[in-house]
Amino acid sequence: MHTVLEVANVEKYYGNKGSLTKALDKISFEVQEGEFVGIMGASGSGKTTLLNCISTIDRVTSGKIIVNDMDITRLRGNHLNRFRREELGFIFQEFNLLDTLTAYENIALALSIQRVKPEKIAEKVEKTAKELDISSVLHKYPYEMSGGQKQRVACARAIITQPQLVLADEPTGALDSKSARMLLESFQYMNQKLGATLLMVTHDAFTASYADRILFIKDGKLFNELHRGEDSRKEFFGRIIEVVTLLGGELNDVL
Amino acid sequence: MFFRLSLKNMKKSFKDYAIYFLTLILGVAIFYIFNSLDSQQAMSVMGSSTYEIIDFMIQMLGGVSVFVSLILGFLIVYANNFLIKRRNKEFGIYMTLGMGKMQISRILLGETFLIGLLSLAVGLLIGIFGAQFMSLLVVRMFNGVMDGYQFVFSGDAFWKTILYFGIMFLIVAMFNVISLSRYTLAELLAAGRKNEKIGMKNPILCVVIFLLAVADLAYQYYQVSHPEEITTSGILVIILAGCLGTFLFFWSLSGFLLQIFQKSRKYYLRDLNAFILRQIHSKVNTMVFSMTIICLMLFLTICVLGGGLGINFSFQKMLRELTPVDVNFTDISGAEASIKLKEKGFDMSLLEDGYVEVSFYNTPELTLKDTLDRTGLDVDISGLAVNLEGNEIQETIMKESEYNRLAALYGMEPVEVEEDTYAIVSDYEVTEELRNQLLKAGKTISLNGKTYEPAYENCVYGFVEMMANHGNTGIFILADSQVREEWKGSSFLAGDYRADTQKEKEQIDQEVMKYDVTNMSDGLLINTKIDIIAVSGGLSASVTFVSIYLGIIFLICSAAILALKELSESSDNKERYAMLRKLGTDEKMINQALFRQIGIFFFIPLLLAAVHSVFGMIFIKIALQSLGRIDYFSSVLAAAVIFILIYGAYFLLTYFGSKRIIRNP
Repeated sequence: MHTVLEVANVEKYYGNKGSLTKALDKISFEVQEGEFVGIMGASGSGKTTLLNCISTIDRVTSGKIIVNDMDITRLRGNHLNRFRREELGFIFQEFNLLDTLTAYENIALALSIQRVKPEKIAEKVEKTAKELDISSVLHKYPYEMSGGQKQRVACARAIITQPQLVLADEPTGALDSKSARMLLESFQYMNQKLGATLLMVTHDAFTASYADRILFIKDGKLFNELHRGEDSRKEFFGRIIEVVTLLGGELNDVL
Repeated sequence: MFFRLSLKNMKKSFKDYAIYFLTLILGVAIFYIFNSLDSQQAMSVMGSSTYEIIDFMIQMLGGVSVFVSLILGFLIVYANNFLIKRRNKEFGIYMTLGMGKMQISRILLGETFLIGLLSLAVGLLIGIFGAQFMSLLVVRMFNGVMDGYQFVFSGDAFWKTILYFGIMFLIVAMFNVISLSRYTLAELLAAGRKNEKIGMKNPILCVVIFLLAVADLAYQYYQVSHPEEITTSGILVIILAGCLGTFLFFWSLSGFLLQIFQKSRKYYLRDLNAFILRQIHSKVNTMVFSMTIICLMLFLTICVLGGGLGINFSFQKMLRELTPVDVNFTDISGAEASIKLKEKGFDMSLLEDGYVEVSFYNTPELTLKDTLDRTGLDVDISGLAVNLEGNEIQETIMKESEYNRLAALYGMEPVEVEEDTYAIVSDYEVTEELRNQLLKAGKTISLNGKTYEPAYENCVYGFVEMMANHGNTGIFILADSQVREEWKGSSFLAGDYRADTQKEKEQIDQEVMKYDVTNMSDGLLINTKIDIIAVSGGLSASVTFVSIYLGIIFLICSAAILALKELSESSDNKERYAMLRKLGTDEKMINQALFRQIGIFFFIPLLLAAVHSVFGMIFIKIALQSLGRIDYFSSVLAAAVIFILIYGAYFLLTYFGSKRIIRNP
């Protein structure tokens, strides 16, 4: 199996000499191709910082992040942009669709900025939309769609370029429970049927229970790791709750 | 402490204020330049006898300056409001910290004071140097020669500028305090939150409206380029229809373009084209009104600049052509002009030897009624011909040899007629056209019981009396033998002064003019080149200055409003461009998209204004026909240079400003 992501001894400090904050403290892990990995942690644990470093939006202080055999911490300028648009797909909590574009155009944009030939774009967009069951909203604007539809459009935008890795930051954070479930089923579909590698940050145990493996982060360090193995989702959920309890009270508010 | 806060704020937001500063500085500089015209050395070049005209011009510019200061005042208040709005959050934070509104007002007053002081200082400095450059321009424009260069500073204009702008800044400060007192803390802190819903128009409706707007504009264009049938109320209708057409054009343009480009997926999905088009489409809703105003202002600017400069250029050229000699004497009592002059004690040695004396003849046998009679000829009836028909005014007749002597002195083409032919000399286009039709049809005239055929198919270009514009409606030239002495009406003398330099000429001119008014009752009329140029040239100069002045002010206003509008949208844009960047769009692509987006907002109104202006200029040209042909090329060139400099500066500032805004996290 091919290693898509390798995070090795990554440190991230904020502040200056006087007051130093370690957001990430020598964290290391790997993600294999075709995996669906969840990262859990309380607010302030460093999970968003970690995601930002992997997505090259933020810089690491030391350590390596290797995506597809390439150390992305060494990339600069337009190479960073290129890495982001060719190797990564993004799904954000607030959807981050462009409000001026229709769903179709939002999805097509990911291909346009890769300078894919316009003739090929239409076909791909329609195919992806069908897979995620959003064909009916393709010509609507974001403000005309429900939260769940918006998030699935964002998924389509993330996977249409067939990235090495899809990063999702609290993808269910702004959704009601029904939409959240539908979205997570889409995630499973993307992961199992389309072969997408997913890395999802969340603090919600239910959302996390859809993943194959969960990494728990506390104070910038890897605290625990859970494999789903042959468990059902319900059983896995129970094990997650145990770890969360172990982690301390911080996560209890989400239960 | 508050002053220090003001100072810090200014330093921090200096780049945000770039457009505001540019506008203020340009306003101050231009205000100074035009108000200091009177004391500029260049004015003396235009002739020592033109002081009254210059006085008139100064008064006119003074009046216009009041108007200009109103416009600038409005613009400054507008720009300032825009900047205050952007800082609402900052004020909100001050207030949560417990600062009172009075204290915030003091910070604002301090800022206004600093900005005012700085822009006045820089503007005046630029104005003072700009005025020197303006002097050179004026001299060139009026074909003068400046003897020796001299740096001029106008104290009057200096203090006037400070006074006017001081008042403006006072008003701005008042507005600031008032608008601040109207806000509540909640409003200030909530500022910047935007409404997510974007109204989208029905695309089919857009296409229909767009086609209607284009048709409307095309029809108005057609009407103005055929102004013969337009009445005064008709012009008003055309202007209103044109404004409406412009508004609808902008209202529907983006929808129409979207419709067209979406048809071609190939173009639409390439790079960020879809994004750019959608950006524009979403903003046009809020921009349509200001785009219309800006387009119309630009149209006005181009017409005023181009038209004003054009009139001046052609006027100067025409004046030179129409005043080939220094002086004309006309004696309408019938005696020889030279004899009359000597009787009056005029020293004929003041004139060069080669002067020419001719006579004008007229007879009841040849009146307008006779010469415009169309009986038996295949000629169209036009409005003017009907008006003049039946008019008993006697036509002027000249002997061939006498006219040709004068033509040689004036440097015009000579005329040749036979015993049984006649020719018409004219330089007034309107009557020329009328007469040409008749000449082509072979119009004959009868005199002495004889019939004369036309010698030429057209009027010959020429004139006899010097005038400020083309006004010779037609002089009939007959062979010497055919003119009878008892028809003799008046005598005419044209000549140059016996002088080498302009100064000597001016001295002789003063001598000559002494005979003008005193002898009017005796039938002696005097026209001198210096007098004509002084009166008309000064008038044309005033028109030109006022039009350049107003043109530049209009231009600054449109560009500044557009720039501020664009910048105020950039907070919305910021999120969208940040999104693009997160998705991994190349910086180059992002910059290109921003450049195109701003470029389209700047240049679409300009483009439409330019098309409007082409037809506007055609209209001006026809309407001012009596002034002669307007030479557009050089004037359009001059206007274009001014235009590109100012408009281009605003465009670039807006682009770099927006780029900075979307870059900042």
